[in-house]
Amino acid sequence: MSTIFIDNETYEAPDGQNLLYACLSLGLNLPYFCWHPAMGSVGACRQCAVKQFKDEKDTRGKIVMACMTPAAPNTRISIEDPEARQFRASVIEWLMVNHPHDCPVCDEGSECHLQDMTVMTGHNYREFRFLKRTHRNQDLGPLVNHEMNRCIACYRCVRFYRDYAGGRDFDVFGPHDFVYFGRHTDGVLESEFSGNLVEVCPTGVFTDKTFRQHYTRKWDLQTAPSVCVHCGVGCNTIPGERYGMLRRIRNRYHHDVNGYFLCDRGRHGYEFVNDSRRVRQPLWRPQPSEPLRPVATEEMGRRLETLVADRSKLMGIGSPRASLEDNFALRRLVGPGRFFQGLAARETQLLRSQLEILRQGPARTPSLREVELSDAVLVLGEDLTNMAPMMALALRQTVRQQPLRLAAQFKIPLWSDYPVRELIQDKKGPCYIATPLPTRLDDIATQTHHAAPDDLARLGFAVARALDARAPEPPELPPATQALAGEIAEALKTAERPLIISGPSCGNRALLEAAANVAWALCRGGRPAGLSFTAPECNSLGLALLGGEPLEAAAELLGSGQADTIIVLENDLFRRAEASRIHALLEGARQVIVLDHLANGTTEKAGVVLPAATFAEASGTLVNQEGRAQRFFQVFAPAGEIQPAWRWLARMAGALWHNLDDLTVEMAGALPLLQSVADIAPPADFRIAGQKIAREPHRYSGRTAMTANVSVQEPKPPPDPDSPLAHSMEGFHGIPPAPLNPRYWQPGWNSVQAVNKFQEEIAGPLKGGDPGRRLLEPPANSTTSYFAEIPRPFAPRPGEWLVIPVWHIFGSEELSALSSGIAELAIKPFVALNAEDAERLQLKEGDPVSLTMDGLAEPLPVKVVAGLPRGVAALPAGITPPLVRPLPGWGKITKGSPE
Amino acid sequence: MERPLTQFIKADLSMLEIGEYERAGGYQALRKILREWAPKQVTETVSQSNLRGRGGAGFDTGMKWSFVPMGPDAPRPKYIIANADEMEPGTFKDRYLLEGNPHQLLEGVIIGAYAVQADIAYIFLRWAYKLAEKRLQQAIAEAGARGYLGRNILGSGWNLEMHLHVSAGRYMCGEETGLLNALEGKRATPRAKPPFPPVSGLWGKPTTVNNVETFCNIPHIINHGPEWFRKLSRSRNGGTKLFGVSGRVNRPGLWELPMGTPIREILEEHAGGMRAGCQFRAVIPGGASTEFLGPEHLDVPMDFEAVQQAGSRMGTGTMVVLDDQTCPVGMVQNLEKFFARESCGWCTPCRDGLPWTARVLQAIEEGQGQPRDLERLALHTKFLGPGMTFCALAPGAMEPLASALKMFRADFERHIGEKRCPWREGRGA
Repeated sequence: MSTIFIDNETYEAPDGQNLLYACLSLGLNLPYFCWHPAMGSVGACRQCAVKQFKDEKDTRGKIVMACMTPAAPNTRISIEDPEARQFRASVIEWLMVNHPHDCPVCDEGSECHLQDMTVMTGHNYREFRFLKRTHRNQDLGPLVNHEMNRCIACYRCVRFYRDYAGGRDFDVFGPHDFVYFGRHTDGVLESEFSGNLVEVCPTGVFTDKTFRQHYTRKWDLQTAPSVCVHCGVGCNTIPGERYGMLRRIRNRYHHDVNGYFLCDRGRHGYEFVNDSRRVRQPLWRPQPSEPLRPVATEEMGRRLETLVADRSKLMGIGSPRASLEDNFALRRLVGPGRFFQGLAARETQLLRSQLEILRQGPARTPSLREVELSDAVLVLGEDLTNMAPMMALALRQTVRQQPLRLAAQFKIPLWSDYPVRELIQDKKGPCYIATPLPTRLDDIATQTHHAAPDDLARLGFAVARALDARAPEPPELPPATQALAGEIAEALKTAERPLIISGPSCGNRALLEAAANVAWALCRGGRPAGLSFTAPECNSLGLALLGGEPLEAAAELLGSGQADTIIVLENDLFRRAEASRIHALLEGARQVIVLDHLANGTTEKAGVVLPAATFAEASGTLVNQEGRAQRFFQVFAPAGEIQPAWRWLARMAGALWHNLDDLTVEMAGALPLLQSVADIAPPADFRIAGQKIAREPHRYSGRTAMTANVSVQEPKPPPDPDSPLAHSMEGFHGIPPAPLNPRYWQPGWNSVQAVNKFQEEIAGPLKGGDPGRRLLEPPANSTTSYFAEIPRPFAPRPGEWLVIPVWHIFGSEELSALSSGIAELAIKPFVALNAEDAERLQLKEGDPVSLTMDGLAEPLPVKVVAGLPRGVAALPAGITPPLVRPLPGWGKITKGSPE
Repeated sequence: MERPLTQFIKADLSMLEIGEYERAGGYQALRKILREWAPKQVTETVSQSNLRGRGGAGFDTGMKWSFVPMGPDAPRPKYIIANADEMEPGTFKDRYLLEGNPHQLLEGVIIGAYAVQADIAYIFLRWAYKLAEKRLQQAIAEAGARGYLGRNILGSGWNLEMHLHVSAGRYMCGEETGLLNALEGKRATPRAKPPFPPVSGLWGKPTTVNNVETFCNIPHIINHGPEWFRKLSRSRNGGTKLFGVSGRVNRPGLWELPMGTPIREILEEHAGGMRAGCQFRAVIPGGASTEFLGPEHLDVPMDFEAVQQAGSRMGTGTMVVLDDQTCPVGMVQNLEKFFARESCGWCTPCRDGLPWTARVLQAIEEGQGQPRDLERLALHTKFLGPGMTFCALAPGAMEPLASALKMFRADFERHIGEKRCPWREGRGA
């Protein structure tokens, strides 16, 4: 800390930072636009001007830009200086020259940083009497709306899109007061992070197109702290609701996880909550041949009691997309031995391996922020942009770590963004990407390596061997692979914070084990290696922590006659295994009870369907790929009969738990690994000054009118026995403990930038500590031995292809694919072939072929993918309609459509 | 009187080819330093000559070169760049040197490159200078053929490649760091300093950027010594200077004269005085981005310090004369329109303040001025000043306006009061 003077008061400022950062960290109000806490200073907007004085005697001073001036010891500035104030008001006046004067009817109004800063500077009278310049807007696709006339040219969008996120199809064009931010022509933004423009833009140039379709003012949104359910990274979010409809998702800052950003799937994948296919009341099928019929909740409750009366015949199938609490409630109802994971054996096994490697090995699983700070990376098998998008964004920062050392050498502060970028140019730190197919991260790779999954694992084993002679050696390694392994080993060994990333997306356990060997070899060589695995779903790791056998074992139990009633929790089993096997399983049961949000193939087969709350309608805990347990809270009380799954299960179990805390506490007691889950958020009876925390802003409008069409009596706010949050505008509106924070708002700070006020230091931890708890740390003295089961080199089979899954950010995840915007961008079915293989079969892009696997033929168009290994084909995974095959597996490809 | 820079430029303005240049003593300075001098000695000699940059800012050339990291640990490659993006309104001095004697520039750049031990040299040329482009191409080819460029120059073991880069044609490309971005293929926006180009410039490497005229002085300083160079001048700044005059004078043109030649002498002896029927009112002494000087300043010697003391800047040393038959508001409006158009759009005051200024001036000139407009203009001259904006473009643009508001206040007020431009009707409209 260094002492600085602001308006003759003494302050302790963080070291090595600029004055804007220091002022904001100290809680002072200083307006700004172009500076962004994640992207540093560039000095373009000139909004954060302050007056700097040489010393106490200097009375004249000079105007400087706070963001471009180091907060060096004894720096003396004035924010309140009249000239500085006048200059800052002038900057707003200039920005308003061309900005529309339509705040009351502008959709950014009420959460517009420009609006806030205008009020902060005091500029309020328009003197510019000439015409405004106008621009043509572009169609940027289904997610982001473009309204260039609002632009104040802060350059944040282009800096985020290109410099931070590595996008290429967006730029700044044109000179002087006609600068234009967009694409060279209309078209869908290519970046998977384009939605962040909505929050990065300080005004309404870029707005959420999905939100515009069911728009409401920020002050009319009921919000709660939540966690994204569309992949395993666990980004923190703020969903907003009005009139029972989920309207949008915004970033909820988390220092260690997602920082200031979200991926487009996470931001725009929420519309399934409002989908017409929602199950909204209990359904009952009187006879197997009859359709499902609605039943009143009370009546259903009684029937359920009968159905589950004989516990000895129950079995439960859990889900990686249901919360820990929901899964535990099911496990408790049916008993641990009758609780199954709801995944096929291969996936269960992969998840188990992941967990065991992280629990027993010496390598630590890093947070996303630690991924960003790593300085050498090996990616084994994962297409991160599609499996864990935010990790891909982090990796774009990771590769800057080694070059950034140059800045220190040249004494350029890291916050001074452009000088740093000019100095390091396109230098990148070591990043080796070994995947079956080319990935969207290949442009940052030191080297890419495309091979069949087994061969990728062999590369990993070879790297481990090159690091530690005690690690097993893969035989018959081609010299080029051997040389690459040596190069990778050298890069990892000489790094300060090396990182290995792998995951289950290839369906190959050897890859996980190879990654573990590399990380462990580094650890044993004294390097603090990180080991990060992706997780396919929002609670994959949580499910692994609860244990349970795969679907195959469930079928066995049912077949043995020891069970006759299956309870399926939030899981469309037809996505997990071949349809024939799922049919056999569900048809073999006397009764199938399904709890889920939406009608799907599994609910079709059920005798009882119970409407289960989505993440937005329930509270619970998810464990992300890092092993971090995070609590999400009910955003709104669902209409009608929808209830959190665990409540339905509690009822079946005989009203076991009064509220979520009871359940969580029991779970924490029952499973030592989940011990700290009960403490990750304050309990339901937590109060601040006797108050619950209000989910609705104090400006929430229409409270007394919104249900007046039904009754003029204002309804009582729905109770929430499960959390300290209230479904009301009455309650605490200040800064609550971070896990309970429903929105970012502070007086004068109506935009997302209000987060400044919630952080201990700008871009640092949230006040009172970031939410969530890490459940996995390496043991103090790990004695695990290296994995020694090295696969044989991949051998193409004549006339057959090894078909591997290919995941896509849009379309591969079940729930987000139901959102209109995501659906529009979703990957379409295809079978990908290597160019040579395609040529040999005389196939070109788009030609129809028939893919036969496991005796089932599927007509598909061909996609030619350069870089795909010979003898390997790729099939989109997780898409709707599902192409469920045991992937990877062997298949035959024939020209033309099947008979 | 010695005119080292222009002495060999032919009267018919055809190019001095390499043979002619060599016969006139060309490339002797290069031979001399490669044979006898260490790089440091070159820089020291230039320092002793008091040569100051001729691009407008007048920074000490030797000092600029001394900032470049030297020795085996210095980052490589190092770059040296001749800024030939001459686009200041009223300025055409570099064009004369480029077209008339391109080898003189090349020799200067090569010597400069040797001084800072640069590996690659660029000539960054204004797109509109088509003839200069052709001649520079020829000169670079000729120099390469004679072993003045390329590998193992004149058997010294030292290498230098040189490239001609023709700019895309914006005023900002002439700003030192805007030029670097333009050369990297990026938008010509200025860069934040520090770091300064000698430390981290083109592609993040040490880079020296000097004006064409600055480089052209170098061979002569090497040949004749710093003392000779200092003595060429009538002031403390060393050497001669190309001075230009445009406006309603009898002989608009360009002359090489001792540094420190008084304005009156340039206007009267060389430019032939004012045209018949025209009275001198004021002059902007160094290109469009300098303040007006009035009749009381005619005896100010043209050197960096003296012009500054008089309240303006010598800039490029190319004057634009305002006479009594020309509307000062119209003249300033014309300048501000140029600067508003040439703003790169990076920082707010320049991007949005300059167009506002230009529109207010246009309104006044068209008889639609309002009394408060003068306050608005005055506020802009203050808030578009140095330190408020990201680079020097807007402060430069405000210099003629600020001085015009003082010197021609009555004319502005008359425009607003009479709701017309008095000069427009005076021209018989």
